[in-house]
Amino acid sequence: MGALTARFGAGLTGFFVLLVGFWLAGLVLAPNLMMIDFALRPNLLPADVGGPLDVYSLDNLAYLANEPVHRDIFLKTVWASALVMLATFVVCYPLAYWLAQTASPSAASLVMLALIIPFWINEVLRTLAWYILFAFRGPLNALLLNLGILDEPMRWYGDGGVLVGMVYAYILFMLFPIYNSIESLEKAQVEAARDLGASTWRIHTRIVIPHAKAGIATGCVFTFMLAAGSYVAPALLGAPGSRWFTQIIYNWFFEGGDWNRGAAYALVLLVLCLAVVLLTLRLFRVSLTDVAK
Amino acid sequence: MSHSVALERITMAFGATKAVDDVSFTVEPGEFFSILGPSGCGKTTILRMVAGFLAPSMGRVLIGDRDMGGLGPNQRPTAMIFQSLALFPLMPVWENIAFGLEARGVPKAERRRRAEELLELIALPGYGDRKIAELSGGQKQRVAIARALAVEPQVLLLDEPLSALDLKLRQHMRAELRAIQKRTGVTFLYITHDQSEALAMSDRVAVMSAGVLQQVAAPRTLYEDPATPFVARFVGETNAIAGRVAHVADGIAALDTAHGRLSARAGAGVEQGCPATLYVRPEALGIAAADAPSALGARVERLDFEGAFGLLHAVAADGAPVLAALPSTALGAAPAPGEDVRFAFAPRDAVALGTAPGEA
Repeated sequence: MGALTARFGAGLTGFFVLLVGFWLAGLVLAPNLMMIDFALRPNLLPADVGGPLDVYSLDNLAYLANEPVHRDIFLKTVWASALVMLATFVVCYPLAYWLAQTASPSAASLVMLALIIPFWINEVLRTLAWYILFAFRGPLNALLLNLGILDEPMRWYGDGGVLVGMVYAYILFMLFPIYNSIESLEKAQVEAARDLGASTWRIHTRIVIPHAKAGIATGCVFTFMLAAGSYVAPALLGAPGSRWFTQIIYNWFFEGGDWNRGAAYALVLLVLCLAVVLLTLRLFRVSLTDVAK
Repeated sequence: MSHSVALERITMAFGATKAVDDVSFTVEPGEFFSILGPSGCGKTTILRMVAGFLAPSMGRVLIGDRDMGGLGPNQRPTAMIFQSLALFPLMPVWENIAFGLEARGVPKAERRRRAEELLELIALPGYGDRKIAELSGGQKQRVAIARALAVEPQVLLLDEPLSALDLKLRQHMRAELRAIQKRTGVTFLYITHDQSEALAMSDRVAVMSAGVLQQVAAPRTLYEDPATPFVARFVGETNAIAGRVAHVADGIAALDTAHGRLSARAGAGVEQGCPATLYVRPEALGIAAADAPSALGARVERLDFEGAFGLLHAVAADGAPVLAALPSTALGAAPAPGEDVRFAFAPRDAVALGTAPGEA
């Protein structure tokens, strides 16, 4: 604080502090507190708000716990998001290693460009592209039929379609943190391990992954949170059998007209994501400041 | 087993450039063998081909008479000490040392025991549980040696491992490396651009320039009997005097030079009438008696006192620098800057080598 005042003067420093304060209190804290407030109140007619019926209770949360369809969709969202995280890691780790350690500079920049260009388009349109590819009479089925791999067209929408769509949508959030951390690994370390007789598997488990674990943890946290909070991919690529928890929340707000229950569901999702972040960091023995880097 | 390492006509081309050009030599078991050359001479490329990180474009690498073609670095009986050392910073010291044993599936208790033994060898007992970051430069150096020795290699490959250390520590580590080599009997193949390092530690030295092997010899032979002009200039200080061979008799060549007729041992490429260069070491020069028949005339520029000897910098009439090292005991009679001086030397202490076309 003293350093800030010395650098920018009292006026400007006060302005900065005010801005940060507004951002924290007005844009982060207040909406979340309002959501908690909503979540704990019953859904009432406008006339009853503030009346004797408007008391705090855990009814909305209890409703989720006792409603088997919603509960199952919630649990399914949790493990499916974990699966998306795992699949994205499996795709990204070898790619990140190749980009950071073995690729020639020109090949690396070319592949990097090819990965980034699709992200210039908005997420809805990118998911729509998969929607077209996966269509029953779409290009993927046509190709597989022509190659003789399939005898009749497949229905791709559903769990598989959602998984593919999400892995694709979040690939860069996993790739870049891992790439950054592997790039800082000295090449001679990998060579030394190989020279001492280590197999490729051992080089990765003992040298590369421990070195890159902050980046891996960051990528996993990002991907999990994005997947759990995703709406577009399940809405477009899902089927009735593969509904996502975010869709239920959406329905409470915009179709059920019950903002209180919607807020309660959203709160549960938020708490879940926080828990996953903290658990992952604990698991990888990484501190929050490492991730912020 | 006849040779520890044998290189047979190795060539390594990167595109159109040959980093290593038709190099052959052998290293004997238990030998401390150095490859000496300026940066970019191909010495590191050779080391990486022996280690298995690179495959030669042509030629064969044999270790213990076994052809290493097609074997990766993890399948060769070699261990390398990297210039950066490449210790694993996330593992404690003992796991670093035992990493090669871990890769070979040795049980943990046995690995720990071997690591402790090696810590004794490198005089760091009780350091097993330290972190790498807690070690000093010299200690890291020794841990890197122990880690390489743990896999009991037939050949230890060292890529300028002392270059990051300060002078005092470097000199200390030279002696230590030499001692460890004698104790373990492992063949050392050592890469360096520092000639004093190569001369002080090695049984034999290979000198390389621009991918070509210049000479393989014991350090004293390199110094006293260089086979090529490059070796004469690169190994130690020397004075080079260009001339033409007047005649050769009994292994002594007489050259006509700007200083008149000078005599030296006749080396490679010295034939009557050919251009040749005479090389004489600074310490072989002495102040000439007034009536000396042949001598180098020069004007003294300055005298650098270095303790045991003084370095007399002078310039000949044709502008060529002349360097003489005079023992401190003889400095009382040394000429002052600005004076003319005549240096003499015994023909046995100088060598004449034929000048290849294009060379000065």
